[in-house]
Amino acid sequence: MGSTAYIARRLLYGVILLVGVLVLNFFLIHAAPGDPAETIAGVMGGATAKMLAEIRANYGLDKPLLTQLAIYLGHVAHGDLGMSYYFNQPVIELIAARVGPTILLVLAAQVFAITTGVAMGVFAARKPSGPLSAFITVLSTIGYASPVFWTGIMLIILFASIWPIFPVDGMTSARFAGGYFAYIGDVLYHLALPAFTLAIIFLAQYSRLSRASMIDVLGADYVRTARAKGLSETKVVFKHALRNAVLPIITVAGIQFGNLISGALLVESVFNWPGMGRLAFDSVLRRDYPTLLGILFFAALMVIVANLLTDLSYRFADPRIRTGGR
Amino acid sequence: MVMVSTQVPRHLNPAVQSGIATAVPGTQIFASPLRYDADWKPHPYLAESWKVSEDGLSCTLNLVKNAKFHDGKPVTSDDVKFSIETIKAHHPFKTMFEPVSSIETPDEHTTVIRLAHPHPALLLCMSGALCPIIPKHVFGDGQDIMNHPANSNPVGSGPFKLTEFKAGEQIVLEKNPDFFIEGRPYLDKIVIRISPDLSTVVLATENGQADFLPWLAESQYITRLQKSDRLGVTDKGYAAVGPINWLAFNTAKAPLDNKAVRQAIGYAIDRNFVTKALLRGIAKAQRSPIIESSPFFNPKMPSYGLDLDKANAMLDEAGHKKGADGMRFKLTIDYIPGGGEQQQGVAQYLKSQLKKAGIDIEVRASPDFPTWAKRISNYDFDLTMDEVYNWGDPVIGVHRTYLSSNIRKGVIWSNTQQYSNPKVDELLNNAAVEKDLEKRKAFYDEFQMIVGDDLPIYWINALPYHTVYDKRLGNVPESIWGSMQSMDEVYWKEKRS
Repeated sequence: MGSTAYIARRLLYGVILLVGVLVLNFFLIHAAPGDPAETIAGVMGGATAKMLAEIRANYGLDKPLLTQLAIYLGHVAHGDLGMSYYFNQPVIELIAARVGPTILLVLAAQVFAITTGVAMGVFAARKPSGPLSAFITVLSTIGYASPVFWTGIMLIILFASIWPIFPVDGMTSARFAGGYFAYIGDVLYHLALPAFTLAIIFLAQYSRLSRASMIDVLGADYVRTARAKGLSETKVVFKHALRNAVLPIITVAGIQFGNLISGALLVESVFNWPGMGRLAFDSVLRRDYPTLLGILFFAALMVIVANLLTDLSYRFADPRIRTGGR
Repeated sequence: MVMVSTQVPRHLNPAVQSGIATAVPGTQIFASPLRYDADWKPHPYLAESWKVSEDGLSCTLNLVKNAKFHDGKPVTSDDVKFSIETIKAHHPFKTMFEPVSSIETPDEHTTVIRLAHPHPALLLCMSGALCPIIPKHVFGDGQDIMNHPANSNPVGSGPFKLTEFKAGEQIVLEKNPDFFIEGRPYLDKIVIRISPDLSTVVLATENGQADFLPWLAESQYITRLQKSDRLGVTDKGYAAVGPINWLAFNTAKAPLDNKAVRQAIGYAIDRNFVTKALLRGIAKAQRSPIIESSPFFNPKMPSYGLDLDKANAMLDEAGHKKGADGMRFKLTIDYIPGGGEQQQGVAQYLKSQLKKAGIDIEVRASPDFPTWAKRISNYDFDLTMDEVYNWGDPVIGVHRTYLSSNIRKGVIWSNTQQYSNPKVDELLNNAAVEKDLEKRKAFYDEFQMIVGDDLPIYWINALPYHTVYDKRLGNVPESIWGSMQSMDEVYWKEKRS
């Protein structure tokens, strides 16, 4: 199949999946007890019965569920994700303000996890039974076994409370005043702990995977041949072995993207990172259906796009796939 | 000044939205006719003087002449009229301006409020976040005020102008150079950072990333921050809020429909254990529906001191003998999720404590606020922990819980106990219209004694709200409204490094 037809087919699947995600989420969210009017009444310190009825009527919550779904899907088809029940602002604006920080966090964590994880795996694979390999294996297992919110809290206790060297006040300092480069520095300073926290669990996976993959590849005939030709060990490892060993990493990186986003949800809450995760968490508690549906829609969209990009990069990295395996 | 908060405002217009989250930034953006000091005394603000008529049926406000909205337009009596009418129609606290029958504006700077009957709470209702003066030329453009775009981008006449509102994240307020009180505000800028996670907010304050943390009620954090040399911690500034943590009874459901059973539960609970042990001595005990810091509190209220023998005897007498397992009957107790030690912690204590009186308690968790609110407002409960505010005058925050006319199914923080006593109704209705302070106080005294005996609610403690601040800040808000009133007097004693 040609690349264009392949991409077109994948895009079509993506659209169908997105509609499925919307419908399923719609019913799941509405199955929860309580309604947004009660949350709004809650923050108001109470409301009259008339006001509750007005709020429900205002947001169409007094209509039958299927009618609400039909109206919602109609709006989404026109690019309108609705108004947040809580903030009374367009959902698209709320998400637009937060999608950047989430992508920044997710990408920073992904890049750190892949590069460091692969490097750790490569070093461990060179002497699979050596002490360094054992150390990396133990470290990976601990990282993998620790819940991300726990890791985050431990890092906060260590690096923001006992040794307060990192901030916990969001993405930038509230007192920030400076130029463009200072701003980037401030963001990176705030990014360090949350990105590291999110990366740890994936770091473990990548290092384990690349270690296994490298051990496998380093035993292959072509590596022996390369060594027999007298190539340096660095060239053997990084040019010949790593390129083949990295293929499963690409696959897993794509698959893990969804997990990375759900991990980001927790990390954002722990570190007060102003991304979609925190908004999602709050929206669940507030029964802010349009906001939550919008976030889930965007999350699904990001995962689908990430998987598509993974497939494409896989085709790039492995010529056998590009040429149809001839 | 960097303020941190866990409160997430929906928008910033207190005229149509109650609650701390909107009130704190809202009172910096909007000015009100009056403001109150720490001794419950009204002071001029947008109104330079005021006069309530002898018969108590009208109130004349004389406005300052130099007040302007942030867009440069003058604040006039028309804006005051529009604001009060808007609040009357849309604010959830209906009792504030319900008696207002008409508003006259004889000239640009005079507003006359006519009342259907005397309304002694009127002056308080015109202070703090209860009466923001909103511009008619912005909010009166015909759009639905509840969903008006200017609610999130407001124009007021207060000491600070809104320059950024990132919903759920950050609010930036900058000094209004044309503020009508000369030389104020002292601060150039207030940044309000919002985080739903209390520990993060506390840590940011502890590390100096934030300078001001109001509304902190968790005793473990309060005691921790009290140890800091750099930070000041005060419980002043919450007198009018009157936040009470209580145990409510579903008085329409057996066996709690029996007053003796409710009283027995009162005798089985040790209020002092809650305040001194569970809440680390930070919270003050509260034995009345009216906050003890209010001038209307009746110190003669019965306290129901711990007396397990009496509790057991009363329950025996009420016909609830202990069974073979030592238990008399089973009840559930709910609590507001996310209320921390004030709610879940106390509910867990009540489970073990009431077992001593032979009452088997099941603590029922709700995953989130809407679930809890649905259960309680639909009377699907036996006992529930709750937090309810007095909001300054009993007419605003107390009557709603005890008036039988406010038993409204599906409405949280109405009379969800379904408590009904015609004498209480009569006393509250009389107190709402009584001009004479002493007579009014007498009505409330009697009301408190009756509900103290009927016990539809067992009041436990005043929520120990505290303000944590950088000690270099001066004039930290300590009036009855605290940070829910203009902070134009707050200043830095020395320049921040």
